Amino acid sequence: MAKTKSNAISVVEEATPVETMNLHADKLLSIQDLHVWFELRKFGFGHAGYVHAVDGVNFDLAKGESIAVVGESGCGKSSLMKTILGINKPIKGRVVFNGKDISKMEPKDLKWYRSQVGYIQQDPYGAMPPFMDVTRILSEPMIINSKSTPEERDERIKKVLEEVKVFPIEDFLPKFPHMLSGGQQQRIVIARAMVLEPKLIVADEPVSMLDASVRVEILNLLRNLQEKYNLGVIYITHDLSTVRYFSRRIFVMYAGKVVEQAKVHDLLFNPSHPYTLALLAATSDPDAANAKVYKDIPTGEPPSLITPPPGCRFHPRCPRKIAGLCEVEVPPDFEINPEHKVACWLYK
Amino acid sequence: MVKQDSQLLKIEDLVLHFKVGKTGVVRAVDGVNFNLGFKEAVVVLGESGCGKTSLAKAILRLLPKNIEKYSGKVILNGVDTMAMDDETYRKEIRWVKMSMVPQAAMNSLNPVMKVGEQVAEPVVVHSGASKEDALKQARKMFAHVGVPDQFIDRYAFELSGGMRQRSAIAMALVTAPDLIILDEPTSALDVLTQANIFNVLKHIKNEMETSFILITHDIATSSELADKVAVMYAGQIVEVSDAERFFHEPLHPYAKKLMASVPKMRATVEPDFIVGQPPSLLDPPTGCRFAERCPRRFDLCKDEPPVEVKDGRTVKCWLYV
Repeated sequence: MAKTKSNAISVVEEATPVETMNLHADKLLSIQDLHVWFELRKFGFGHAGYVHAVDGVNFDLAKGESIAVVGESGCGKSSLMKTILGINKPIKGRVVFNGKDISKMEPKDLKWYRSQVGYIQQDPYGAMPPFMDVTRILSEPMIINSKSTPEERDERIKKVLEEVKVFPIEDFLPKFPHMLSGGQQQRIVIARAMVLEPKLIVADEPVSMLDASVRVEILNLLRNLQEKYNLGVIYITHDLSTVRYFSRRIFVMYAGKVVEQAKVHDLLFNPSHPYTLALLAATSDPDAANAKVYKDIPTGEPPSLITPPPGCRFHPRCPRKIAGLCEVEVPPDFEINPEHKVACWLYK
Repeated sequence: MVKQDSQLLKIEDLVLHFKVGKTGVVRAVDGVNFNLGFKEAVVVLGESGCGKTSLAKAILRLLPKNIEKYSGKVILNGVDTMAMDDETYRKEIRWVKMSMVPQAAMNSLNPVMKVGEQVAEPVVVHSGASKEDALKQARKMFAHVGVPDQFIDRYAFELSGGMRQRSAIAMALVTAPDLIILDEPTSALDVLTQANIFNVLKHIKNEMETSFILITHDIATSSELADKVAVMYAGQIVEVSDAERFFHEPLHPYAKKLMASVPKMRATVEPDFIVGQPPSLLDPPTGCRFAERCPRRFDLCKDEPPVEVKDGRTVKCWLYV
């Protein structure tokens, strides 16, 4: 059996001058035909194929816009996020931030880029070093990425803790992560993402590990910060019931591809792709009537991304498959309205 | 199964306290009462740290060593299991009459044993059946939970999360117990897989003579199985109600707040949240344990509220006295 090794590979493409790329004044981030593949190794050196984690994703994010990427685990949403953060290198395609391709950035520019992008992790406890206190956790990004004096750092830490509403601030400064509750830990992680005053926040399932009663509090906090500082936010989640609270557009991903994109309201009330329909059917609102009916959802599992199915990747599970078409040709994006696109042959 | 009582399970004043350090006592389960009928599913709802997993362990007597106090009554089909010694309990109750799907069950399978053999093992141990008969039984259970037949000879790492979860459910079902305790059965799974697992559980509930205790913090998915809801807060049950009326309108202020905190997909109401944190179980407050966070607290709340019965719903709150 092939041994999996997760080293993203990068292939140098034809050179594109960094300056000529679409310099839209209001465009913060632009993802263009992004492919992220991971090479599989056999016995450590032989080639054994690729995991097609992200396979041709396109979108633009305006300044101060917040979008949600929704999908199941293994659909490539975390690989997409890590590529935006510059952790994975794309094999093809570009991530353009403020008109600059991040894979062509000099180390100096990369340092600047990292100060512009904040990252909120899924598991707050796992995301913080257990041997550092809150002061240290929050000063670390400033020590690494900016020239600041200790006084400036202390001032900024106080300010950012005020932003995330942990009171009294002085009590929190010497605390270690294990001394905080789940909600407080997530606040510190948000504070750390905000400490360098970024323009873009990437939030990877920021509330999935928290209790129901705390979840909403954290989502509200994120939304307030987003509005106050006009942040671009990419909210990655599998939970459709929370996206409405602070995203304008939703991208639904399945097996490495975006299958449907629309404004939130449009997607919730007029879903088009059979996969989106299934996701919506699977998400329940609390109602005693739920217990009396079986849910009408496709069985089976998402496909392997090493050998993805030909044609539409959802066709093996799709209840509305068109024989002779869906398993042969990859569906392009069909427009339902200018802001609602769906990759499904049903809308030809 | 012969019905020897009107209720399958009666829990009376169940207490489970743990020792911590030299003098500390964690009051994880602190006087819990509820009943469960035949072929009924009760959901125990609560936030993390409220003692709901400890409650499951106290019912099934899966106890760690640092026990300070373990008392009360667990009456299963007319028999007080608390009066049994450990050996009888192991032989006659655990996995024979009551079984459990533990939290993160999909990661609790033995990695060096084929899943089919693991599922068959309780039959061999408890009814002394031959391995062939046990495997036959396991195959039947796999069909019930929707695992294809060829998976029986595979190892846990070759199965997806959903398949492993189904196998763990098959393992709990294989001895045909009267009661299965499910501890957060879908919390680590994807939405579609989650919905599929609940379809399986509904199918089992309809086809077999099984009752369920479902332990979860997720109100929305809990409504998929619930006949009855018990809300737990800081080691105590604060409300028990039938699902119909509970999801329509909970009574206890904590349950109301919890319900209001659920984000709804299409509704336009803003979800609410509960200010503050649950009290420490090392030193819970005297009086109502929710009082500190309660929007409707008044003078009486400094005393422990009594448990009141209102139209078949029980609620532990001074507002309903």
